[in-house]
Amino acid sequence: MSRIGVFICHCGENISRTVDVERVAQQVGRLPGVAFSTDYKYMCSDPGQNLLKNTIREQKLTHVVVAACSPRMHERTFRKAVEAAGLNPFLCEMANIREHCSWVHEDKEEATVKAVEIVGMMVERVKKNRVLPTITVPVTKRSLVIGGGIAGIQAALDIADCGHEVVLVEREPSIGGHMAQLSETFPTLDCSQCIMTPKMVDVANHPKIKLYTWSEIELVEGYIGNFQVTIKKKARSVDEDKCTGCGVCMEKCPVRKIPNKFDCNLGMRPAIYVPFPQAVPNTPVIDRENCIKFKTGKCGLCQKVCGPGAVDYEQEDRLIVEAVGAIVVATGFDLYTIDEKPKGSMIKGYGEFGHGKIPDVIDGMTFERLASASGPTGGRILRPSDGKEPKQIVFIQCIGSRAREKGISYCSKVCCMYTAKHTMLYHHKVHDGQAYVFFMDARTPGKSYDEFWRRSIEEEEAVYIRGMVSRLYQKGDKIVVQGSDIAVGVQVEIEADMVVLATAVQPQKGADTLAQKLGISYDKYNFYSEAHAKLRPVECATAGIYLAGACQGPKDIPETVSQASAAAAKVMALFSKDKLEREPIVARVREAGCVGCFACKKVCAYGAVEEKEIRDRQGNLIKVVAYVNPGVCGGCGTCQATCPSKSVELDGYTDEQIVAMIEAL
Amino acid sequence: MHPDKPKHAFEPKIIAFVCTWCTYAGADLAGTSRMQYPPNVRVLKFPCTGRIDPVFILKAFQQGADGVLVSGCHPGDCHYIAGNFHARRRFAVFRKLLEFVGVDLNRLQFSWVSAAEGGKWVEVVTELTEKVRAMGPMSEFKELALEEQWSGAINTAELKEAYNQI
Repeated sequence: MSRIGVFICHCGENISRTVDVERVAQQVGRLPGVAFSTDYKYMCSDPGQNLLKNTIREQKLTHVVVAACSPRMHERTFRKAVEAAGLNPFLCEMANIREHCSWVHEDKEEATVKAVEIVGMMVERVKKNRVLPTITVPVTKRSLVIGGGIAGIQAALDIADCGHEVVLVEREPSIGGHMAQLSETFPTLDCSQCIMTPKMVDVANHPKIKLYTWSEIELVEGYIGNFQVTIKKKARSVDEDKCTGCGVCMEKCPVRKIPNKFDCNLGMRPAIYVPFPQAVPNTPVIDRENCIKFKTGKCGLCQKVCGPGAVDYEQEDRLIVEAVGAIVVATGFDLYTIDEKPKGSMIKGYGEFGHGKIPDVIDGMTFERLASASGPTGGRILRPSDGKEPKQIVFIQCIGSRAREKGISYCSKVCCMYTAKHTMLYHHKVHDGQAYVFFMDARTPGKSYDEFWRRSIEEEEAVYIRGMVSRLYQKGDKIVVQGSDIAVGVQVEIEADMVVLATAVQPQKGADTLAQKLGISYDKYNFYSEAHAKLRPVECATAGIYLAGACQGPKDIPETVSQASAAAAKVMALFSKDKLEREPIVARVREAGCVGCFACKKVCAYGAVEEKEIRDRQGNLIKVVAYVNPGVCGGCGTCQATCPSKSVELDGYTDEQIVAMIEAL
Repeated sequence: MHPDKPKHAFEPKIIAFVCTWCTYAGADLAGTSRMQYPPNVRVLKFPCTGRIDPVFILKAFQQGADGVLVSGCHPGDCHYIAGNFHARRRFAVFRKLLEFVGVDLNRLQFSWVSAAEGGKWVEVVTELTEKVRAMGPMSEFKELALEEQWSGAINTAELKEAYNQI
């Protein structure tokens, strides 16, 4: 027989003003199974909690109902108190008679009746509550970071500096990401390479970081604390251990005219290459599509000139399995190319801006490479078509961004600032040049950002024209840009030498495929979704996976670095314990009833349902049943409502408990 | 008693099945904002609308509920990724079934109330209470229960007529 204790809180006057708490205590005290009931001014206060603890011991209570505020407020408090008194915390329930009763009703009679019923329901429920043990899962204190841009680098360094091993996986031959491509960075105009490359070297030299470049994620299995990740290490054709990075192979390679992706196809590279001189690791990779040896079987020059004998044409893709406890996803962004149709778009591209057709219409990243001292022009702003210095340059903002009909309705966030930076860099390099910017709004929130933008106008003489460009076309060696100045209400026509488009920031290609491998959710643009937009901005809904950088949404460098460090802090918090404790609100399969239809498996958003074989002592298969992995289960209970044979039960929300509540009405 | 408050002959019993993360929190917000609504509703908290078995709704009607409200997170906002989508599908079918067996669908309402929508919670609850009040008590299940316990006595006009026709 249960001995239930009911404690009715006055909450000062918050409850007792509209609910006759003494009467509630009296009436509830008469319910079967209730051994003790009382009311108290502040149950959550120290004396209130002591009253609870002492009564549990004195009255030998088996279950507790605290009728007070919302369980969202103090359920933890009271469950802790109950645990301290020696009862299982899940034998305590809260009846919400404040938010759901006293605060929303004025009539004392009605409110009191309702309060009695609410408490009565919880009394019936708590009778069916079972002792739930806290679930613990072991934690592998290693982490995986996917993506070697500034976000991944920062997260990896932070975690590794705390003494935990990090596996860093990068798809390209070198880490560095987009930040390594930038010339200078706003709002201080630091040289990007100068602040980025030391961090890249730190990663390469860190004893706790295991770096896999030219590698991709093949498969992710497991759950928080216990992931098994299969990494595909693509054949580099150069042995990383033997290669000294001398670069002779690159000098001797007869294939020289392959557009370098790192330089936005402005510069050329050989078939055996490192994407840029400061690459980490400084080990070349053979581009098998363009290499003569791979195409015709002849040549082999690089192997002949390689002193340490590192060039290996026989190398194959390798699969490596790494065990990790946490994953940081930092796959970053890509720029929208205007001749491509974005996901969900009704209209194909931006043909009117001539990108891809007119060589001197370039995007922001290409401008970065032109302005970069290590870029293909050595930092001189020259037109891609004829190598002349442009004297009139037009920047157009919001290409792709904030255009619902083109399928991208969000703001790309960084373009206003980088265009302001571009006008400055341009003015520093071409003193007699004039920059024009077509813009919709200038969005410059951020520390020292607006000042920076103003400086581009006031000191660097950029002319800002509010309005969009309707079309542009080639006329001789000029590009005629037609647009409107809506501030003045006139049509504008500028004969420009070069046009720079601020194209939208998009997630990396294949972001959705990776998300499916990881089991994390993403939005309609393929940006990864955080668990909560405000309060859990770096965690995924899938436990143990964290987000950093622009893969979650457009971000600038300071924000990316902050989020990467935040993700690292979350990983470290996870690693601070040897075993992971979680609320035991998980689904459990009653194997005797399970028929193995796996309807539960189909509805489980967490992939927590596994197939389990039941065998007799001789090892003969009896049947296959569902098994819910308690480490992965999110505790939503969708499986229980779906199960046709009612063989899954969500602890804490069993059918018994719910029906008891309904029957109490 | 508040003097300006109308007294009703019939006070319906409304049971609300809500999810913890959105609607329960929305109802909490209505409380913290001191909004007022009729006291007819009893709230049952679930982790997710995905956990709500249609049987619970039947059970509620059977136990004398005059109206049932099911409410969770807006589509796409589910704390458990997709539980509310499963719920939505399940209840779309379940409504058809209820309609088929002859339950007035006005007694059963589904809604999305987020944690920020205290006002919407008040609206939904008030509206359903008034609607069900106007419809009167839910008697179908009670009649069924009576039929099950039929004594064999032919004591109503309809039964007598039916008996005479045999």
